[in-house]
Amino acid sequence: MSKIFVNARIIDPVTSYDKKGSLLIHGDKIVGYGEHMEAPEGALVIDCGGKVLCPGFIDMRAHAVDPIAAPAGGITTVILQPDQNTMIDTDAVVERIRRRAEDGGSSRVYPMGTATRGMEGSQIAEIGQMQQSGAVAFTDCRKAIADAQVLRRLLEYAGYFNALVVQFPEEASLAAGGVAHEGETATRLGFAGIPSAAEAMQIERDTRLALLTGGRIHFALISSREGVEAVREAKAKGAKVTCSTAPHYLLLNDNALEGYRTFAKVSPPLREEEDRLALIAGIADGTIDTLVSDHDPKSADVKRLPFAQADHGIIGFETLLPLSLTPVHAGKVDLMVALRALTSTPAALLGLETGTLAKGAPADITIFDLNKPLRINVDELHSSAKNTPFDSLPVQGKVWKTLVGGEILFGKDA
Amino acid sequence: MSMHSTSTVSYPRADVDPPSGSLFPHKHLLGIWGLDPTSIKHLLDVADGYADQNRTANKNSSICAGLTQINLFFENSTRTLMSFEIAGKRLGLDTISMSTGSSSIKKGETLLDTAATLNAMHPDVLVVRHGDSGAVKLLSEKMDCAVINAGDGRAEHPTQALLDALTIRRRKGQIHGQTIVICGDIAHSRVARSNIYLLNAMGARVRLVAPPTLLPKDVDRLGVEVFHRMDEGLKGADVVMMLRLQQERMKGAFLPSLREYYKFWGLTREKLNAAKDDVLIMHPGPMNRGVEIASDVADDIDRSAIEEQVEMGVAVRMACIDVLTRGLPQRVNADKAEETKS
Repeated sequence: MSKIFVNARIIDPVTSYDKKGSLLIHGDKIVGYGEHMEAPEGALVIDCGGKVLCPGFIDMRAHAVDPIAAPAGGITTVILQPDQNTMIDTDAVVERIRRRAEDGGSSRVYPMGTATRGMEGSQIAEIGQMQQSGAVAFTDCRKAIADAQVLRRLLEYAGYFNALVVQFPEEASLAAGGVAHEGETATRLGFAGIPSAAEAMQIERDTRLALLTGGRIHFALISSREGVEAVREAKAKGAKVTCSTAPHYLLLNDNALEGYRTFAKVSPPLREEEDRLALIAGIADGTIDTLVSDHDPKSADVKRLPFAQADHGIIGFETLLPLSLTPVHAGKVDLMVALRALTSTPAALLGLETGTLAKGAPADITIFDLNKPLRINVDELHSSAKNTPFDSLPVQGKVWKTLVGGEILFGKDA
Repeated sequence: MSMHSTSTVSYPRADVDPPSGSLFPHKHLLGIWGLDPTSIKHLLDVADGYADQNRTANKNSSICAGLTQINLFFENSTRTLMSFEIAGKRLGLDTISMSTGSSSIKKGETLLDTAATLNAMHPDVLVVRHGDSGAVKLLSEKMDCAVINAGDGRAEHPTQALLDALTIRRRKGQIHGQTIVICGDIAHSRVARSNIYLLNAMGARVRLVAPPTLLPKDVDRLGVEVFHRMDEGLKGADVVMMLRLQQERMKGAFLPSLREYYKFWGLTREKLNAAKDDVLIMHPGPMNRGVEIASDVADDIDRSAIEEQVEMGVAVRMACIDVLTRGLPQRVNADKAEETKS
């Protein structure tokens, strides 16, 4: 069964293609795209009305699968973090998650395995076996691997398997006890702080280890100007260093904590305005490689607590696109750059065959209205929890259809 | 949503719910931050009256008779708890005190469940102390009655700042224009924060003196001058407020030893020479004699206001309870009855 999407603005970040045209898929594969595509007989013709058609989003950092929310956010591949109820630290757990995901009906799910056993930071996890079972990268999630010798060996060992090591950039002893960015807001609200230096110094140390071993290291979330600068310097030195950030760091600073709002409690913490601006600039110039949702549904039971006791985390699947487009609409980031950070770059980092519109690639496709104005409405989100500080925020951009393997998972009736 | 600003503008507290015509248009007293000078002055004026009344034989009144006050303390306290209890009783409220140490209220129950439970008992005033910054505000969101913050984490201790202000005003005539120095562990102190906001709002010049390890980041943006040396910070001071040094701070590599702290930041007669001759010496208590303050300075009858602070504490807490319950129907009826009598 073929489908042809006509009257679309086709963007393929891999080739920087951006033109009006049509895209043809057959079964679960992309056949091709161009300004004039011939529709084969019997093909389903879908008129996109000028909307953007691009590869489906690959979200490199999610703490839950949330099978309805992910396609609703245009996300066709969810990279699940290992901090699940059953920690993803053996091939058996990886296999179970992969098998459950293959039942279909939702976005693809690939887990990250733990980098060290039990995320204890002392012994390398069974990276080879977990990789064979389908783990695409290895991380201790919110724990930075502190021991330099362990991280060095990990980079060397993972290098043999060409496996990506993802490090949380926060020097634990400097951040200990902190619940917010160390600055005026934390001082006034009475919080123990986490200085930006905790992020930069972890990146700087690990850059040395990346250079020493020749291994690849990816920093899970960058939140500060100092962090962006450390990554920029690491890349200039030729270290195989990459990093992500999440849209909330591009939209909010620590003023969002005003009134002790735990919905704005995230890890790493929201920082100052200059940090927010530096992160946007880091996306624009490619210092920051990928945009992730850091999707983390949390119930009111763990959020409606005194700030220091409340859990970190916000939901991000369905706000990933409109929030990521905010700096695009503001003229600070090119659309192509933003989409690359959501599609082809994470695919390349993780060795996935999606993230492209190339002939023969899996038909994982997101079609969205670039300019549609709307207010984020928490009641309309499909997420399993509603912890977002963005309720009622005016944004532009809405997902219209999401296809995984040629199947329309979101926007069937639209 | 505050998105594009790093300025130090003050946001109004969310609890503004003005009973018409009140000089204190707030439902709760959660902190000094966000209170305007008129509100602060009103509380101080009312407290001033109670301070005088408390020195007479007729200390007790029944203007709040029939109202219920719950004192809920999640952190240990003797002085503040007693002060609130006495204040409530002097106004005729039925006061009940609970400390988590001695009650079963915190057996795994969340703060909001506790709030819902207490709210169902229909108190008229709830006084809360909690170890987490912002916890009292969170609790107040579930309460129908007035909530008074008796100290939350490192964030605020508004009645302490008010009693300090009342003490200064009675001894110095006014707060405006005074050079007031706060010394010691600023980083972990809710007393310091509330005092900074209040004294700034009332037009004092506020200085902080502390070792770098006990100063929170960017504290200078709160409108204070920051010093590390006592002699520099105390120069020409009208008032010096010493803060209690929590002994547990010694564990976190904040300071090398109590001995060294006393040498550099302990208030001694010698260091006080830099201040004005009639400098007022204050301490929120309990004092660590020989750590942050020398005994002879603490006991200096001419200049030490430390006992007076305790006295003003009762008056200030009476004023807070009085002002926050003025809109209640029982009070309105009682006040009317009072008027018809006279």
